[in-house]
Amino acid sequence: MSDSRGAAMIELQAVHKWYGDFHVLKDINLNVGKGEKVVVCGPSGSGKSTMIRCINRLEEHQQGRIVVAGIELTADLKNIEAIRREVGMVFQQFNLFPHLTVLQNLMLAPVWVRKLPKKEAEETARYYLERVRIPDQAEKYPGQLSGGQQQRVAIARSLCMKPEIMLFDEPTSALDPEMIKEVLDVMVELANEGMTMVCVTHEMGFARTVADMMVFMDRGEVVERAPPKDFFSNPKSERTKAFLSQILAH
Amino acid sequence: MTDITHGVPVVVQAPPQRRSGVLGWLRANLFNSVFNSILTLLATALIAAMIPPVIRWALIDAIWTAPNGAACHGDGACWAFIGEKLRFILFGRYPVDQEWRQVVVIAIFLLMIAAACSRRMWGRQLAIAWFIGLSAIFWLMAGGLGLPRVETALWSGLPLTMILAVVGMVFAFPFGVLLALGRRSKLPAVRAICIGYIELIRGVPLITVLFMASLMLPLFLPPGVTIDKLVRAQIAIILFAGAYLAEIVRGGLQAIPRGQVEAADALGLSYIQRTRLIVLPQALAMVIPPLVNSFISMFKDTSLVIIVSLFDLLGAAEFALTDSNWQGFYVEADVFIAVIYWSFCFFMSRYSQMLEREFNRGKRR
Repeated sequence: MSDSRGAAMIELQAVHKWYGDFHVLKDINLNVGKGEKVVVCGPSGSGKSTMIRCINRLEEHQQGRIVVAGIELTADLKNIEAIRREVGMVFQQFNLFPHLTVLQNLMLAPVWVRKLPKKEAEETARYYLERVRIPDQAEKYPGQLSGGQQQRVAIARSLCMKPEIMLFDEPTSALDPEMIKEVLDVMVELANEGMTMVCVTHEMGFARTVADMMVFMDRGEVVERAPPKDFFSNPKSERTKAFLSQILAH
Repeated sequence: MTDITHGVPVVVQAPPQRRSGVLGWLRANLFNSVFNSILTLLATALIAAMIPPVIRWALIDAIWTAPNGAACHGDGACWAFIGEKLRFILFGRYPVDQEWRQVVVIAIFLLMIAAACSRRMWGRQLAIAWFIGLSAIFWLMAGGLGLPRVETALWSGLPLTMILAVVGMVFAFPFGVLLALGRRSKLPAVRAICIGYIELIRGVPLITVLFMASLMLPLFLPPGVTIDKLVRAQIAIILFAGAYLAEIVRGGLQAIPRGQVEAADALGLSYIQRTRLIVLPQALAMVIPPLVNSFISMFKDTSLVIIVSLFDLLGAAEFALTDSNWQGFYVEADVFIAVIYWSFCFFMSRYSQMLEREFNRGKRR
């Protein structure tokens, strides 16, 4: 993949991972430049979540090299924490902290990790709540919000750390259909502002709109990568064709 | 009734009327089936048969004043015995002329507990207040700095029970939390030590631990070094309760979804921050009922220190019964002690319910 958009923000070189004897990631190579948007898709169990979770070390790779924002990911806790400060992540299950209010969820990491003064953290938090269009929910607890609202809070929570990179791990898969759009809208806006993004998603409409590069994974391998135009109209691999025909059938 | 949503009228039905009033309640709760009606009648008869004799014993036939035990044996309770021995039961063998110190100690304890009752008070100030309170209590009990010294062997009665229980909880709880975290640690050595400790302590009765602390420990110490008997018993209680609390806390830790830890990690929180800010607050809130259960049982278990010759509330009452002038008032003494223990335990149980309500705010919709 080209680095035409700018310096490489994420580099995976010959990354392998096993769960016991099961080879989940096989020789993954991926370069994501600054401002680039990569959408990863593939059948369930193909290793796409595992791959994205390796980027901020929620999963450990066993072979190969991962460099994120210029920092190499090793067992060194300092490096891991440094990378996590620069990489935001949005999960399928939102994973908001249910014992804290929305505002507290947003302020937690800036205050404790970035050591921002509370006042500044609150201003940032309120700014991003406005951005994800739920400024009036600041004092509520996550359990009082709808799924779509919770996921938007989760995005805002990541953004409050002012990350260089955002990772999305199936951000809309746990949402009711009528709430998917409100989350995707926020993600499209973010993409348009030049955020470097890696998204695991099956929202092909979203992929067509924002992706610079599509990556198709199957059985732990990157089977195909191409700009969305070529990927959707002219997939090369049989496996990609089969997958696309299944998810685009209706 | 109609409600307009998206311009489409929707019919909204009122919920069915609930039966109300005393008769409605009786019917719904006590006489809702033949079997339950029979049970209700039987239970009513049983209560009716039991209550009057108890009232007669405790109040009507009770003797409130008597010069000595011999004059106090009648059909009812002899509360004169409690009146006579009240001082001794509450304060035990502590020097009589220094009794005011124990009264102040109990007052400080109650104040400290009251301050901890409001969730809003929780914070650094409360911790400092508790530290000052506990220091003041030890100064008042032990003396020094202008007060006559009282050796710990004379500490007894209610102040001793409260010290053993409160200090026990204050130290056993963090110890238990550390053990629970250690048991889930990724470091094999830490995990092995914590598992070994918990399993060892849980497998032994508290009496054994108290005996070991009191009789065996001095054998292992170098000659000339002695640890106060009360301190040994207190440490035994802390070590024992810690193991139980650890398993309760571990239950809470296991109930935290993995996603919570992952979200905290992904935000860059360190292990300590994650544990303190995300994991423990949720885990502990979940296990309030078993925690308080454990605290209640710990409070009552402090009475076992009698076997290493410490005279807590129960010990002082037992001792009061040995007075040859006042013999045979076991029931009165036990009822009186039971009421005191019960009041504390009831308070703890109410307190835990308040905490649960407080911590479950986030789950309300």
